[in-house]
Amino acid sequence: MLSKRIIPCLDVRNGKLTKGVKFKDNVDIGDPVETARHYYEQGADEIVFYDITASSEGRGIFLDVVERVASQIFIPFSVGGGISSVADMRAVLVAGAEKVSVNSGAVKNPDIISEGAAAFGSQCVVLGMDVKRVPKSEAIPSGFEVVVHGGRKFTGMDALEWAKTGEALGAGEICLNSIDADGTKDGYDLELTRLVCKSVRIPVIASGGAGNPQHMADAFTKAKASAALIASIVHYGEYTIRQIKDEISSQGVQMRMVW
Amino acid sequence: MLAILDYKAGNQTSVRRALEHLGIENQITNDPDLLAKADGIIFPGVGAAGQAMDELTSGGLDEELKSLIWQEKPLLGICVGCQILLDYCEENNTRTLSIIPGECRLFNPAWTEADGTPIRVPHMGWNRISLKAECPLFKNIPAEAEFYFVHSYHPAPKPEFIIGETNYGENFCSVHGRPGLWAVQFHPEKSGAPGLQLLKNFHEYCLEAKNAQ
Repeated sequence: MLSKRIIPCLDVRNGKLTKGVKFKDNVDIGDPVETARHYYEQGADEIVFYDITASSEGRGIFLDVVERVASQIFIPFSVGGGISSVADMRAVLVAGAEKVSVNSGAVKNPDIISEGAAAFGSQCVVLGMDVKRVPKSEAIPSGFEVVVHGGRKFTGMDALEWAKTGEALGAGEICLNSIDADGTKDGYDLELTRLVCKSVRIPVIASGGAGNPQHMADAFTKAKASAALIASIVHYGEYTIRQIKDEISSQGVQMRMVW
Repeated sequence: MLAILDYKAGNQTSVRRALEHLGIENQITNDPDLLAKADGIIFPGVGAAGQAMDELTSGGLDEELKSLIWQEKPLLGICVGCQILLDYCEENNTRTLSIIPGECRLFNPAWTEADGTPIRVPHMGWNRISLKAECPLFKNIPAEAEFYFVHSYHPAPKPEFIIGETNYGENFCSVHGRPGLWAVQFHPEKSGAPGLQLLKNFHEYCLEAKNAQ
């Protein structure tokens, strides 16, 4: 039986973590490579790096981080942030990432999904979606709209339609982030997650709102997500990945417990 | 030295990084002399079977591989490198190497998971192996260890070649072959400590095979 995945997400700017990561033993870690290795050893099933660097110089530093991570961490990891061409995708894959996540770049130019899938295979292409609740309308029948630029810009696209389009274009997975739930620690948007999971047959990663292991268990059992993205709940040492997995697996959810 | 077969459809660098981490000497190559000199060959692969076959046949590597296997050179196929050892793959109706009898099939979308939901394709993530036959690759690996999979087609060799099975809605063959010629559908180079142990076991087998000759 396929295990549900727990995926820590690290935000990187100019090669450094944007927020220091504080583990239970009260050690601050600012190096993304060290932090990724720590999560690898703790039992993370995958790791996501989100690069929020603007300059091309910072971009080069980031690719160096990707290379160093790839030589020390033997689980899959994906990279997102600012990917807007097949050349961008190639750069992070060559540096050693397994998957690339496209978000606003795909909203602007959906063909990047099919071009990326043709060049590297669907398994490499993750469609990242930021979604906000809006009143139901003819244009947005589900009441969930795709947004870009951290939720500041509405696209006029219904999230369910965009998910189906992404799947049809060749995305191998969807990372579904609720802007409303993000940072609240009140749990994932289960309604959104359930609707998207029902609309596509590719795996869906729930993102935004994780505050405790029960939230992840709910995303797996109630919304049928394949994986759960987590950030501050582990970055600030509230839980270890082992504790999270123990609690979820005690509810009968299949988790990877040996690493 | 382990040779990592170099053809365009491979993920050679991630295999190389794993071997380097283990301190195992290795070379990414398609040079017949180096392949012949190697203690064993790792045959990686990502992407589509058809593309992989095109790359292999256009350089004559398919015949090279077959003759090395005939000479009992140990070989480990990974992912697409596992699938194309069989006769045929449903992906674009591709004739493959016919080194191990059987075929490779698309996951049946009618299969359902334990909770009744239809399986998602690709099969992406961590899953277990239930061994049907003894295999030195799994030495010192706990039974509940999991390995990382990402694929839409699964091997279906003749039953006597099945070594391990994995459940995704139904059981499919995830490890096949015979002593010295193994194929794994998952990615050992991306499967944490158990995957590294498997690569180490393959290397040890290769050295023992060499010393026995």
